[in-house]
Formats: sequence, structure tokens, C-alpha cells
Amino acid sequence: MPDDVKKPTEEGSGFSRRDFLKISSISAAAVPLIGTRVVEAAGTPVKVYGPDKVPIELTVNGKKHSLQLEPRVTLLEALRDDLDLTGSKRVCDHAECGACTVLLDNKVVYACSLLAIEAPGKQITTIEALMQGGKLHPIQQAFMDNDASQCGFCTPGFVVATKAFLDKHPKATAEDIRRGMSGNLCRCGTYHGIQKVIAQFTQKGA
Amino acid sequence: MRAFEYTSPTTRDQAIGLLAPAWGQAEVLAGGTDLLALMKDDVVQPKRLVNIKEISDLHGIAVNAQGLRIGALTTLGDLADNVNVVKNYPALAEAVNEAASPQIRNMATLGGNLCQRPRCWYFRNGFGLLPKNESGKDLVAEGDNRYHAILGNDGPAKFISPSTIVPALIAYGATIRLVGPNGRRELPLEKFFVDPRTENDREHDLRSNEIVTDVVIPHAGTLKAAHYEIRQKEAFDWPLAVAAVGLKMNGSAVQSARVILGSVAPIPWRSPEAEQVLAGKTVSEAVAKSAADAALQNAKPLSHNAYKVQLARVAVRRAILKAAGGSA
Repeated sequence: MPDDVKKPTEEGSGFSRRDFLKISSISAAAVPLIGTRVVEAAGTPVKVYGPDKVPIELTVNGKKHSLQLEPRVTLLEALRDDLDLTGSKRVCDHAECGACTVLLDNKVVYACSLLAIEAPGKQITTIEALMQGGKLHPIQQAFMDNDASQCGFCTPGFVVATKAFLDKHPKATAEDIRRGMSGNLCRCGTYHGIQKVIAQFTQKGA
Repeated sequence: MRAFEYTSPTTRDQAIGLLAPAWGQAEVLAGGTDLLALMKDDVVQPKRLVNIKEISDLHGIAVNAQGLRIGALTTLGDLADNVNVVKNYPALAEAVNEAASPQIRNMATLGGNLCQRPRCWYFRNGFGLLPKNESGKDLVAEGDNRYHAILGNDGPAKFISPSTIVPALIAYGATIRLVGPNGRRELPLEKFFVDPRTENDREHDLRSNEIVTDVVIPHAGTLKAAHYEIRQKEAFDWPLAVAAVGLKMNGSAVQSARVILGSVAPIPWRSPEAEQVLAGKTVSEAVAKSAADAALQNAKPLSHNAYKVQLARVAVRRAILKAAGGSA
């Protein structure tokens, strides 16, 4: 086995609070952030966050927010519970239903399956960004026009997923639509209406 | 989810140093689509998460002398869209596109796909990898095992290997590369998956302070490969049976073959029986059928999953015909 990788070590590998005291006394010049400490790994200092609250900056719908969150808080929980953006829904919380779909740097993701602490520096777009000046986004209007909602709980996730799908596949076929929208579920069974929504835009673009 | 501390190292060595020498202390966070669900369900309780996404040299896809090098942090979405993968490894591109949903493919990484934990419902509900009750009764063998193993299930492990893209990667002869405190190591991808014998074993040849760095697939050349999977739903569903086939041709005859079944055994299941049937033959309906029969000849279904034997047989037969018929 090649020995070209230095053996990395961590000072005090028991992850104890003592590391915090030891290291903060060494680097007394830098005031440690609350909930953040520095450990040594492979001979270099690395920040360790939490498990208590730590400062996290999120850019949501173009606006920066400074939050104090535990590392275990998901992006979905931060959006709903800390930023009061409740359009993204918590349903399965297991990356299966799509009700929490948001855009991360313009790609669809499940906000339930991403930690808020992973998202600083990323552009997060939620359903709340789509409506402009009190006017529905054309996709939202199309959901109304095509009767593509019933109870409506899955709708925000579907609208966000639809927007991302149309941006990537402006000329999608019916088969593309069925596959490309497979990450969102609707228990009322409004799929037919949603397919009509998307087809309305793909046919316009074709 | 239980509280944990979080770190985001920028080098491999830092990541290794931040991981722990035994399981249970720390976990590697990449895409997180599997790990966070396991943590929410309290199946794993790490005290620390080591986010490896800031390590730049674990990203990227590049052609090198050995073939195609795919960084462990490549998302499934980027892998499926990569022009080189689409052109030269179509069976892999198809397998990746069939996996999960667009949202998951935008988050999940190749390394995470290889290291994901089994979907066995006893495991996911906290009964362990080799689930038994207090009196030692095997919960899978005596319980609801409709989605469990039909091959390689003689030992205590009866879950199925969950990755649906691993069979295609093995069909192309992929190797996996890892790094840990003792340096780098590399092994054929099929050797990375192990059949655990005790509850303390994992189903991967991965130590708790190692990380997957990349996967290398040899130049495909004229290899004909195909992937075929059978699911209950058209999309976003775990397959009931997967087959991937790689055929090295000599004129119109098969010189040598790789036949790998997925979702049927605790490990990706390579079938030397089917490979022997194919060697030296020109593929026909009859040859594909006898190879598929050979692949399943040793199947031992559990009490609720005999139906999977026929599904797996069909998957193998169709994958062989698809591979022989062309590149798609």
C-alpha cells in the first residue's frame, strides 16, 4: 500500500469539550463563535460546529438571513420555522414525496433532506419567490386554469418542480413529463391536470 | 433527529482525521439523501457529521489513461448528463437516469450511492442488519420477506444490495478507490460489497475512517453493455430485479461476458453460470434464455418472494438481448 498519504490525526479524538478549552486558550486572540470550536486534523485547524446553535447565513429568494441554528436543523425546518416561509411543506420528511421541493442554485432538491448548515453560499428559491407584485406566476395561474390542485398540499412542491422541469426541458414530450415529474406525489391524484399544465407550456415553446 | 456536531473539511486528510476509528461515532455526509433519513429514524446516531463536499478533488469527471475517472462527489444528475458517460457508457447512463427522482439525483452522489445502507424494512425500523428477535428467531425468514433476497441468502443476511447502478458499473469493469489513515487502496467494485456475518459487520469493505474518493471505469471500447430493471412503478421506485450485462465480442460471437444481478442478493450478484453459457456463443433468444435460466438455477426464494425468481430471470434474458442488439 502506498505510503503517500500522511497519517492524519486529531488532537483529542474523543470529541470532548476539553478540546474547546484547550484550543480556545491557544488561539485566545480569535474570539470563538458560540457553538463553534477548532480542532486539529491532519496538522491543520478545522472548525467544528455545534451541537448547539451556530450562526448560519442563508440566501433565500435573493435575500440574506442570519440565523442561529443547530447543525441538525434541516433546510425545510429553517425555512418554515425560522423564516416563516411555510409554502414548502413537510409531509414525508424522507425524500419521497416532493412537498418540500425548493431550488438550490436552480436545481430541484428536497429541502427535508438537506441540512441548513450545508446551504450557506447557495441560492435558495422557494415557492414564495414565484408570485411577483401580487400576481401569480404563469405556472401558478396554469395550475388554477387546469384544475391541477385538489387539497393543494402538494401543489407548492409541484409548482417549483414544474418550473425547474420546464426550464430544463422546454420541449418535453408526454413521456418526458411523466418521468421528469416523478419526484412529486399527489394523494388526491391531480396528475392529469398537472400534465396538462406542463403540456400547455411545452406546446407553446415547441 | 439527535443533535450532532458538524465539520466541513477541505482536504482528504482532514476528513480522515475527523472521522473515528470505530463505527458509531462519526459519519460521512455527502448528498445526505440516505444518511439523514437513517438519522431521523434513529437507525444511526453519529455524534459528528463530516461533510466532505468541500473537498474539491473528490468532484469531477475526467478521462485518463485508465479510463473514465468519476469523483465520488459527482451527483447522479451530473453523471447521467455527462456527454462521455452518455456516449461511451450508455448502460450506466440509463441505470443512473432510472434511479430515484430528479430531486434525489441532484443531491445524491456516486460515492453515497455505493455506500447507501440496505432498504430492508427490519433494518430501517431498528432491528439491525441481521434482524432477530429475543429468542433468536430470524425476522426476515419468518416474517414478511417479499422484497428480500432470493440468491446468496443462506447466511444470516437476507436484505438486498440497494444500489441499482452498481450492476452496470461492474458490467463495465469499474474499480473503486478509497483513502484512509493507512493510505490509498483500490479494489474491483464487486469486491467492495460483502455479505455480513455478524451484526458488527457492515455490508461494505469500508472502514469507519475511510472515504470513497473515486470510481474508475476502463475504456468501454467495443464492449456491448445493457441495463434492465423491473419495478412496480414506472419511475421513482426500488426495482424488484435488476440485471446488467457486458459482452466482449469476437466477431458475432461472445468472447466473454459479465452478468450481474441487482436487488436479488445481499451483494451485487455476479453469475458465472450465465457467463459460461454465453461464452463462445452467438446471442439468440434461446441462448439468452438458457443463460437466464442458469443465472437463477440456484435461487432459493424465501416464504414470500418466489415471484422474484421469474422477474430476475426475465431481467437477465432481456439485458442480454438488449446488450447484443446494440448499444442502447
